Amino acid sequence: MSLLANTTILLGKELRTEFRSRELLTTTIVFILIVLVLFSFTFDPLSEEARRFGSGLLWLAFLFAASLMLQPCFLREQTNDTLSALRLSVSDPFAIFLAKLAANTLFLLLTELLLLPVFAMMYNVPVLPVLHWLVLVFFLGSLGISIVGTALSAISAQARMRELLLPLLLLPLLTPILVASTEVTGALLDRAPYVQWKGMGFLAVFDLVFLTTLWLFGEYLLEE
Amino acid sequence: MKNVLFVAVVVLLLGAGAYAALFIAPTDAKQGLIYRILFLHVASAWTGLTAFFISFIANVLYVWRRQPKWDWLGVSAAETGLVFTTVVLVTGPIWAHPVWGIWWTWDARLTSTFVLWLLYISYLLLRTLIEEPDRRALLSALFGIFAFVDVPLVFGSIRWWRTQHPQPIIMGEPGSGLDPLMYKVLFFMWFAMLALMALLLRQRYLLEAMRGDVETMRRQWEVA
Amino acid sequence: MTLGVAGPTAIRFENIDKRYGGLYALRRVSLTIAAGECVALAGRNGSGKTTLLRIAARLVRPSSGKLSFSSAEGGENIAAQNAGFVAHATMVYDELTAEENLLLFARLQGIAQPGKRVEVMLREVGLFDRRDSLVRTFSRGMRQRVAIARALLNKPGILLLDEPGTGLDPQGSAWLAETLRRMRDAGCTMLMSLHGESEISALATRAIRLDAGKIVADTQAGASVRSILAFADA
Repeated sequence: MSLLANTTILLGKELRTEFRSRELLTTTIVFILIVLVLFSFTFDPLSEEARRFGSGLLWLAFLFAASLMLQPCFLREQTNDTLSALRLSVSDPFAIFLAKLAANTLFLLLTELLLLPVFAMMYNVPVLPVLHWLVLVFFLGSLGISIVGTALSAISAQARMRELLLPLLLLPLLTPILVASTEVTGALLDRAPYVQWKGMGFLAVFDLVFLTTLWLFGEYLLEE
Repeated sequence: MKNVLFVAVVVLLLGAGAYAALFIAPTDAKQGLIYRILFLHVASAWTGLTAFFISFIANVLYVWRRQPKWDWLGVSAAETGLVFTTVVLVTGPIWAHPVWGIWWTWDARLTSTFVLWLLYISYLLLRTLIEEPDRRALLSALFGIFAFVDVPLVFGSIRWWRTQHPQPIIMGEPGSGLDPLMYKVLFFMWFAMLALMALLLRQRYLLEAMRGDVETMRRQWEVA
Repeated sequence: MTLGVAGPTAIRFENIDKRYGGLYALRRVSLTIAAGECVALAGRNGSGKTTLLRIAARLVRPSSGKLSFSSAEGGENIAAQNAGFVAHATMVYDELTAEENLLLFARLQGIAQPGKRVEVMLREVGLFDRRDSLVRTFSRGMRQRVAIARALLNKPGILLLDEPGTGLDPQGSAWLAETLRRMRDAGCTMLMSLHGESEISALATRAIRLDAGKIVADTQAGASVRSILAFADA
């Protein structure tokens, strides 16, 4: 069975499991909402500042949400030792990672897009004219978050205090995503919006670098 | 005997470096005496990065070879690197305050160094949360690899961000207007610091090797 | 025959060591299991039975030593997929139905006509009318049946079982023994770890005892099956 075929099958399983219960999606959406509301108390959301700080807060909210959402990723494979069943069934263990990170990217992207109109309303920022660019930066950023988050979730699942550990490991590593995504998003939400190609390119490079690292070292993350 | 000799050499080198930094390097027109902390600050930064690089190589070698000595080297180099990085973070404000009147300037390099520091603190924290020695060695090596791959991305992204949002004050760029004599002193200081790094690294490595042996003996005793 | 065997496979352990941070879970274990043999593995908890089985399943890498498989059809290079593995944990997803679980693993392994094979296996283990129920709703015995079905999907030449009878009621135990007997008679090589005598241990053609990671008794060397199993927990 080829890598692509296995990945597709596993991705189907991840999606089916999540859409059946929708646990991850609902909790993530509610969490981001809470963060957005809480942030609004720290400055005047309708002021000029909101435009400048808005994109940063949005991505901070995404990062925090992701660091919680990614925890069950490999933990749930421990309950019935289904991870062993997967390892026995697939020819290339990288398929397991690819499927999970694809699913995580999709879930993150979905929550981000669902919350975008809420954010736009709350902070009075126009998003429609630049919607397609926003989708692109959301995708590139979420992909980076998922690649690193999926890998680290495999690590934290094997340690103590895993609930606290994953954000601890993940957030410093994702600093470049925060920086670049905030810049690009900020430029898109500016009074005179423009596309920060350097930032987009940077995100793509980040994604490629870590995907390659995961490909090289992934199988060791799954070792017993 | 060899140890005493090593220490003596390091002390001599550091002493020479300090002397050079204080008396040989020419005076800076603008900053006066305080600029001399640059020699400590920058040399520590370079040494810290060197140590983290050594840790990275050790991590890769451990994943490949699985010999405990690479794990010992990896953690020793990471801790040593952290020591030098802490020096950078401490000398930063000491330098900034008399010159610019503020403690922290969010200068690109200093901020990146802070993230670097957090990354390796996480590395050490991860190690305390995994009990089984082989697991601990493998998982922390893998995280160490991800962390080091992230380092250029962190520095790159923050630097790019700083060009988007230029600070009113910028920390003394060694690249801009350093006298050739200053360079010589800086490189000598770095050499002295590398010697100190080697000394600390060796001591820490020997300690870790002993710990490894003790832990093995303790576990064997527990089983018996 | 629905419980077919693709190709009976022999297993060979040569000087297998497994260390966990200085402690040996297995020490210089050398063992050859011929194709079609049904071996019972006995020993106290912590003697290395689970480790040996997981190494045979290629889930755990030995610290040193060599593991090889051979069969009439495949020669020396058998993929791990040819081994069926049944452990304490069910290794199936609680939040999927029995059918979804089996379809998932059948497709991953590239089994031809997965839908048909899954239906056959479900009937074989008697869960066809519960195929649309979530595994979460199953009793221990039913979960074990799904686990067995999962392990047998690929018509494995080797079956590795880690205390498969645990938690089963007498009915479940009898069903398991019968299923394993049919696999054995079809020529499947079997290595199963057990605690003491039971209907399942009666299937064994050979028994081995492990203690502190070493083989200390082997019926091939003259000991009796009974004595090996009887001393398992002594």
